[in-house]
Amino acid sequence: MSTDVNVTLTVNGERVSRRVEARCHLIDFLRLDLGLMGSHTGCEHGICGACTVRVDGAIVRGCLVLAASLDGAQVETIEGVSDSGEIRDLQDAFIARNACQCGYCTPGMLLTAADLLKSNPRPTREQIREHLAGNYCRCTGYHAIVDAVETVAVRRNGKAAP
Amino acid sequence: MKAPPFSYVRAASLADAFKLWSAAGPEAKLLAGGQSLLATLAFRLSEPSALIDISRVPELTGISQAGNAIRVGAGTTHAELGRHELIHRHVPLLAEAVPLIAHPAVRNRGTIGGSLAFADPAAELPACCMALDAVVIARSARAERRIAAAQFFTGLYATALGAGELIAAVEFPLARAGERSTILELVRRSGDYAMAGVAARAKVSGNTLAEPRLVFFGVGDRPVAAKRAMAAASGKPVTVETVAAAQAALDGDLEPPADQHGSPQVKRHLARVLLARALKRIAGVEEARAA
Repeated sequence: MSTDVNVTLTVNGERVSRRVEARCHLIDFLRLDLGLMGSHTGCEHGICGACTVRVDGAIVRGCLVLAASLDGAQVETIEGVSDSGEIRDLQDAFIARNACQCGYCTPGMLLTAADLLKSNPRPTREQIREHLAGNYCRCTGYHAIVDAVETVAVRRNGKAAP
Repeated sequence: MKAPPFSYVRAASLADAFKLWSAAGPEAKLLAGGQSLLATLAFRLSEPSALIDISRVPELTGISQAGNAIRVGAGTTHAELGRHELIHRHVPLLAEAVPLIAHPAVRNRGTIGGSLAFADPAAELPACCMALDAVVIARSARAERRIAAAQFFTGLYATALGAGELIAAVEFPLARAGERSTILELVRRSGDYAMAGVAARAKVSGNTLAEPRLVFFGVGDRPVAAKRAMAAASGKPVTVETVAAAQAALDGDLEPPADQHGSPQVKRHLARVLLARALKRIAGVEEARAA
């Protein structure tokens, strides 16, 4: 057994092989080893949601997953879903509603909001709040964030936005 | 903070896991979903020499019906539990509990086996297992044994698992006809650990409860079956008087310690409020009539 582990995984569609420290969590791996600085490091113990990324299509806390455990996994970060255009409408709505403010929580908020709209295309405001409850905004701009997500849900359902 | 250094190895099978665990020695820990373990390592609350990753052990996966029980593999994530058809149909209390556990990103990784082995006294699933009379299937390299949920939780973050034993699965009896259940908790923010909570189950005819099971969490060093309150509510229609009698009896069931959420008196009050709501909800009694 070793404190260093070889992993090969796919990050934003690109195959990546690295030797990582066993204790290195996914978010440090993405930011420090791969230079993908879009996902943010916040509390580092699973509370704040700033490090939310996707592993095999499901959102996770990047600080509560070891990079060493992800051999063979598909990881997607804010860079990947931005480049693909998948969340363009969410990003536009966050800007239009001034839901970014300092921007620290935004990548995690966007991935969590995208996750909600995938499983529940017509969420109520209460359901939006509930799904985003694990993502902290220290600017406290929650109202604008919920507005932005609601706007996108309505638009995707083919109605004029409120 | 960053976790202290440790080594890491991934088990490919249950036999492999026991072999690696034994070779790694007593300072090694098992890693399942990691949603509690990795947070505690970040705080450096423990410094394991090695983590044995059991998240890809095929024998620990899957939800299936086995006779009169639903068998849930220990590696089942909360998210899988919450969307599985067998759980919704036969163990609805678990389906109701899942949205109360942490947040979506945590539910995608955290496992039922991990939650039970960690045994946080404010967690939902340990209390649900007791309310449902679940059986924990413990495995060691040599043997398997069945532990009733009521005997499994032995103290603060302590369980009946012995050295070299892991949770392989949990078995839940199928809900019987006429049975109702619910889980209620009080939290400051959605997804937090509960200030107080209750998992409740009973056979209901009219508004009378038979053999109610009332298990409180967040009010002791482990989930607490409220035996006196259960006796007070058993076989009686859920009326104002029955609720008041059960609430009075509940005081004898609980010895809540003070914590960051409040004093023992606050905890007792919250538990009484939850008890009333749970009894009314499973009996289908309107709040206005019984309150």
